[in-house]
Amino acid sequence: MDSLISLFTDAATYRLITIVILSIFLGIEVISRVPSVLHTPLMSGANAIHGVVIIGAIIVMGEARTDDYVALTLGFLAVILGTLNVVGGFVVTDRMLEMFSKKKKK
Amino acid sequence: MGNALLQLCYLIGSVTFIMGLKMLSHPDTARKGNLVAAAGMIIAIFGTIFLFTSENTEHLHNYIWIFAALAIGTIVGTMAAKKVQMTAMPEMVSLFNGMGGACAMLISIVEYRRIMDIIAANPSYIPETGKMIVVVLGMLIGTVSFAGSMIAWGKLNGRIKDRTIPGGQMINFVIFAGLITLVIIVSGGFFPNMPALFYGILALAALYGILFVMPIGGADMPVVISLLNSFTGVAAAFGGFLYNNPVMLTGGILVGSAGTILTILMCKAMNRSLKNVLIGSFGAQKAGPTGAAKEQGNFKEISLNDSATLMAYAQKVIIIPGYGLAVAQAQHVCHELEKVLEEKGVEVLYGIHPVAGRMPGHMNVLLAEADVPYEKLLEMEDANDQMGSTNVVLILGANDVVNPAAKEDPSSPIYGMPILEVEKAEHVIVNKRSMKPGYAGIENELFFRPKTSMLFGDAKKALQSLVSELKQM
Repeated sequence: MDSLISLFTDAATYRLITIVILSIFLGIEVISRVPSVLHTPLMSGANAIHGVVIIGAIIVMGEARTDDYVALTLGFLAVILGTLNVVGGFVVTDRMLEMFSKKKKK
Repeated sequence: MGNALLQLCYLIGSVTFIMGLKMLSHPDTARKGNLVAAAGMIIAIFGTIFLFTSENTEHLHNYIWIFAALAIGTIVGTMAAKKVQMTAMPEMVSLFNGMGGACAMLISIVEYRRIMDIIAANPSYIPETGKMIVVVLGMLIGTVSFAGSMIAWGKLNGRIKDRTIPGGQMINFVIFAGLITLVIIVSGGFFPNMPALFYGILALAALYGILFVMPIGGADMPVVISLLNSFTGVAAAFGGFLYNNPVMLTGGILVGSAGTILTILMCKAMNRSLKNVLIGSFGAQKAGPTGAAKEQGNFKEISLNDSATLMAYAQKVIIIPGYGLAVAQAQHVCHELEKVLEEKGVEVLYGIHPVAGRMPGHMNVLLAEADVPYEKLLEMEDANDQMGSTNVVLILGANDVVNPAAKEDPSSPIYGMPILEVEKAEHVIVNKRSMKPGYAGIENELFFRPKTSMLFGDAKKALQSLVSELKQM
């Protein structure tokens, strides 16, 4: 119960929860009424955006003790995987959309 | 000062993600939207690297490692994304999604080890329940997403076949219940000295991800990938809670909620419910339609020459592309056929089913690559309106999207899905490699109907021959 109450009394947590709830509504609002042609690029773009998890990987990596090799290895892998998600995601999306814009010019 | 600047970077990041997603959902602004989001991501990443300070105002270290990992990821990611063929895009998205899930999983593992280190040094330390929940759930969801995406990737490129596990739903339910119990035990700190429990969650979550995707039919993979995509978003958001990081939170939750809505929209385009996709998978109902297969009569074949003649003397031809066209990489030849026919005064249009291929919009992207003009691509409703005045419909490797069972046979697993009503046209030519059923694994009665003629062969070869036949006429 105490931890439940602290959700609303602790300013930092309260701020985060506000962000979560507003973001849920934003996500729904931003996406509705998208033509089915754009479903795939949109999914791919969203895929790249959740690559923001890489920031967590960078923090983990940057805070790891220099003699903790397990943490360093795991963090190193995490940053690589996160970068793959971000870079690959944006590049693939761009390639898909490039096709669309090419046909627009015609 | 540095911290204020970092918060500004994060704010910019959050705003670009929202703008990017908004722009991505309109055809005119989509490409720019992608770049806007990418720019925001770069700002957030470099802001973190150079400005982030931990609680004791220490900057990050291990820069060499960080930059090495960033470089490897960038090079490999760019090459993979640039080299991938148009047909393999869906599986690539799934693969990248899995990488994000694995990243979230690894972050949680490292954070858990840190908590264990503190406990080892100071046995009376009790980690905050909130932090434990965030670490455990981030790991769990990331792992499910990673394992599930890998299976989806394997299914799309044909490495993994559809497989139903007897009692699979029951097993999944038991695993799910087990996961919830373990999450409560571990995050409640009931047995703080048993890391085995934490890694037990990891193993169970991986198993759950595999079993969750395994029985779902390949045709439904786009929906599943979209769903797993939103899972990874949620996993990223847990990272945001962990580090009190607003950009991870907005980015993650935004994708989580937008991804869920997108998943539902995709289901709607196929006229199915999400529950139907996840539980009533095609594979599970395979036993049903085999009974109906008996009633089918004979199909008739048509020669290349006859097909060419039929089309050359038609007024209007509608081409219906499907996955077969994508596999055969026949989009360029297809465009050539269209041009040859137009020179002969035939009106050529394309009927695009929203879920033709392996992903919504797959066919549009493919034909756009071959420079087929935008106006020639008709959406399903428009194509159906035009069918009545069409002489020849040429179906290129599409199957389930023209299956009349979706309209006529209530026992069919695809019953209720809107289809392209090709039978309204005078003639239907179906190009397929064999009589094998389509991705949904169900027979297509269309092939046995009197109006239908079969033109067997690889789409690319068949189209090339058609083009040369037509040129000689």
